[in-house]
Amino acid sequence: MEQRYFEDIEEGSEVPTLRKDPTPQQLVKYAGASGDFYQIHYDVNFAKNNGLPDIILHGALKNAFLGQLMTDYVGFDGTLKKLSCQYRAMDIPGTPVFAKGTVVKKYVEENENIVECEIWLENEEGQKTTPGYAIVSLPNRS
Amino acid sequence: MPESESVITQEMRDAVGVESDPVTYDIEKGAIIRFAQAIGDDNVIFNRENDARKTRYKGLVAPPTFLRSVAHVETPEPKIKVSSPYPANVDGGSEWEYFEPIHAGDTITATTYLSDVHERQGGRFGNMLIMVRETKYVNQFGNVAALQRTTGISYQPPD
Repeated sequence: MEQRYFEDIEEGSEVPTLRKDPTPQQLVKYAGASGDFYQIHYDVNFAKNNGLPDIILHGALKNAFLGQLMTDYVGFDGTLKKLSCQYRAMDIPGTPVFAKGTVVKKYVEENENIVECEIWLENEEGQKTTPGYAIVSLPNRS
Repeated sequence: MPESESVITQEMRDAVGVESDPVTYDIEKGAIIRFAQAIGDDNVIFNRENDARKTRYKGLVAPPTFLRSVAHVETPEPKIKVSSPYPANVDGGSEWEYFEPIHAGDTITATTYLSDVHERQGGRFGNMLIMVRETKYVNQFGNVAALQRTTGISYQPPD
């Protein structure tokens, strides 16, 4: 994994996009791994009877995608300090979602190199279904 | 829209900061790997013990949202249960704050509590009640490893 360094980060720069291709199988795996067995995530009839267009992604799975976006960004030597998101719209399996981010600001505080990022998940249409925010610290190059 | 009466009760105020009975979890290596595979994250620090040992983590650690899954095994129950009188809810967001890595083999103790309750007047829906619930995860060394906050916003829908 490539290490990113504080000196190389510019405000306004992008967090490299993470593409995820969730499938019904992934939702089943996530249900098993997380213990969240609410049927709207794997039973199409149940989802439709509850007024949904299809089975939908777990909010917590989307949160996990944003977590991966940032742990990939900080590498082994950086640290994720804060991760937040809001579930604004549903995402359905079978279409890709894109985790993205932009650096909002960077500064040094109590000897830590802090980088704050606006992050979000967007669908194929470019709609931000899950906006969020992340605060990380990154190592110095030297 | 006229100012509405506060719906914050003394019971809600009294509930703030009152921690639930603790629930303790063993952080299992297999559960971490299964979780990483389920979210499709192949980062070696979450998947491969031998490679993770070569990093500063010195072993397998949990992905950022893993703790939410252990809480499904047995969930800490709030000591004082309070709920909003308003029927309409919107997601005010979920937030994680991290202080120490969660290692495979750790023992994590979780408590949950209402951490804040306040109101916001004057928006499109009049009075909105904002409740923040927090779960605190403490490791076997007595250090807070992570905090998880969820914010619920509720209101009376206009007729």
